[in-house]
Amino acid sequence: MPNSKSAYSFSNKKEKFDTHIIVVWVDNEAGVLARVVGLFSGRGYNIESLAVAQVDEKLKISRITIVTTGTPQVVNQIKLQLRKLVPVHKVADFKREDKAVIFKEMALFKIVGPNNKLESALKACKKYNPVLLDKTKKSNVIQITALRREIDKMSKDLKKFGLVSVSRTGAVAMTRGAEIFK
Amino acid sequence: MSKLYSGAEIVFKCMEDQNVDHIFGYPGGAVLPIYDELQNFKSIKHVLVRHEQGAGHAAEGYARSSGKPGVILVTSGPGATNVVTALTDAYMDSIPLVCISGQVPTHLIGTDAFQECDTTGITRPCTKHNWLVKDINDLASTIHKAFEVATTGRPGPVLVDIPKDIQFQKTKYNRPKKEKKLNGKSHNHFNQNSIDELIELMSKSSKPIFYTGGGVINSGPKASELLRELVYATGFPITSTLQGLGSFPGDDNQFLGMLGMHGTYEANNAMHDCDLMINIGARFDDRITGKIDEFSPKSKKVHIDIDPSSINKNVKVDLAIVGDVKTVLSSTLKSLKQKKSKFLKSNKQKTSKWWEKIQKWRSVRSLDYIGSEDTIKPQYAIERLYELTKDKDSYITTEVGQHQMWAAQHYKFNKPNRWMTSGGLGTMGYGLPAAVGVQVAHPKKLVIDIAGEASVLMTIQEMSTAVQYNLPIKIFILNNQYMGMVRQWQELLHDKNYSESYTAALPDFVKLAEAYNCIGIRAKTPEELDDKIIEMLNTDRPVIFDCMVDKVENCFPMIPSGKPHNQMILGPKDQESKKITGKGKSLV
Repeated sequence: MPNSKSAYSFSNKKEKFDTHIIVVWVDNEAGVLARVVGLFSGRGYNIESLAVAQVDEKLKISRITIVTTGTPQVVNQIKLQLRKLVPVHKVADFKREDKAVIFKEMALFKIVGPNNKLESALKACKKYNPVLLDKTKKSNVIQITALRREIDKMSKDLKKFGLVSVSRTGAVAMTRGAEIFK
Repeated sequence: MSKLYSGAEIVFKCMEDQNVDHIFGYPGGAVLPIYDELQNFKSIKHVLVRHEQGAGHAAEGYARSSGKPGVILVTSGPGATNVVTALTDAYMDSIPLVCISGQVPTHLIGTDAFQECDTTGITRPCTKHNWLVKDINDLASTIHKAFEVATTGRPGPVLVDIPKDIQFQKTKYNRPKKEKKLNGKSHNHFNQNSIDELIELMSKSSKPIFYTGGGVINSGPKASELLRELVYATGFPITSTLQGLGSFPGDDNQFLGMLGMHGTYEANNAMHDCDLMINIGARFDDRITGKIDEFSPKSKKVHIDIDPSSINKNVKVDLAIVGDVKTVLSSTLKSLKQKKSKFLKSNKQKTSKWWEKIQKWRSVRSLDYIGSEDTIKPQYAIERLYELTKDKDSYITTEVGQHQMWAAQHYKFNKPNRWMTSGGLGTMGYGLPAAVGVQVAHPKKLVIDIAGEASVLMTIQEMSTAVQYNLPIKIFILNNQYMGMVRQWQELLHDKNYSESYTAALPDFVKLAEAYNCIGIRAKTPEELDDKIIEMLNTDRPVIFDCMVDKVENCFPMIPSGKPHNQMILGPKDQESKKITGKGKSLV
């Protein structure tokens, strides 16, 4: 924008975007997910994937795992803004490259085809702990757990074996070793 | 067994325990049970507004001028949606509000019932937090929590949505717990090291400046006292944002005036050239910083703020102190006295060149305007209003636009909580209802809404409220028949294409005042202005003052589109010599 007439300045700076995994512990109450997600959409932050479930029945705590991209400044704002929400207890943040943290996603693949193709599909999944959840003469449902890009790749590769439907979760995260999230 | 109370009674029991004395509201189907109980709680006075937005702004005016949270009571559906503008306004300017809204009965929620809307959904992004109370046993604790959230940490609006059946149900009432739990959302986590570092920076600096904001006001009157003490103890210059006006005396020599888009030449240049900027309770808003890449390039920046998310949001700072302004300032003063008892003396020499430079900028006299004997210049009107009211402890509210900036430039404030204006959201129509709220909180004081004729028409119906409660507010309209700020931007930035900024069919404001059963006064010439203002001040009833001003006056100085602080447009004299075209728009 060369000749902006508005008093708002236009930024020409291109900053590097990093992928971060943000983990948020919240009270499992009505509307809490809408608060978290609304904060992202309202402030123009990205959500690549989202996984959420209650993890403590007694204290009614849910754990939300959000994969997001942004400049360091934006990621910092995301964390600080999340911490301001009343039902938020704590927020953790990891870079995707972080070796000390395990990230996993789960996918369900439905393959329809002749027996040899079903077997080839199962074989192709071997690296990713495949579980055969359902089997008929004409079809398989295979569950795998893997990284996002690995599942991306499998969703492509399995097409030739008769992949008809994919269902996948967002990433969840856990630190390695005895450490827990602070 | 203890007594059972209905939900409606509990609403008022909670308000009693929260020391609420006034609520601003408008009845409707979904809050009738609450209105039914109103008469049984004599300590709580209800102010009936004419539109729910008015209730919200009145509560804001009440809160800003008194330091207490403002309380609003509205019905479901349109009642709730009408208050959204005021909630957003309060959210942007960090004003504590508690809004109670009625909702359709729980069994009808989600059925598109009459006057149903997703109130908590709609208000989620414009409140600190909100609640839909579905269980009568949660009602009291939720309302008490609502007051706590609204008033602690960085203050802001909250909303409690109460379905009609909950208002009828009965339960025991629990008083609020005494202990102040802060839920980890209030932050006073700074340590002595940060304070020491700040003092170190201060003693090294030869071109320092304090840049203060609404956070000082929000921290309470004590914070303003401490600020004055610190500014006098250091001898540093100080500038203030629009919201911070009044925390430091506007007529003091160390005060450089307001900064930002329509700030003074000396304040903006000092911000640009300083080597140490101490931000106290301000948020580096875009109207303050101008072009962000060239914002104060050579300075170390310190940011004192209660909200951690304000730090490094727009501008990266070198030292962040997260805490309440009052607490931080009192620690700073204590350490300063202990460690550098002769700070002022030793510092005077160090900053003498800086002060010389500031005096040079000051001598430009950037707030000057070309006077007239025939028409009332709007700046002149504000100056006269200030001169004729400065001995009274007056409270000023404004609408949004040119008149607001002229008021900020030419009216000098000496105390906090005397200046109520919509800054963050820039809500036209704010000032009149806000004045209602201020007058409710301070019945004996002089309350003036400095208004524009376009803004004031957005909430003019609240004159009826002022008349009903004998609130002698003064609506001082700078009437130029244009949406002045829009017109100014069109002149300077859109090739004088005055698209839709002229109001062709304005009402006769004097007759309008008569229709509302209040007093109308009109001033047409500079000659009669003083007498008319005095007439207004001597009237103990609501007044609409129609001050006919120069139609095409612009508000200067001004930082134009995407320019840094040191490239301001000065007044008309400067324009004549520079012909504001192309690159010549900038001064330096």
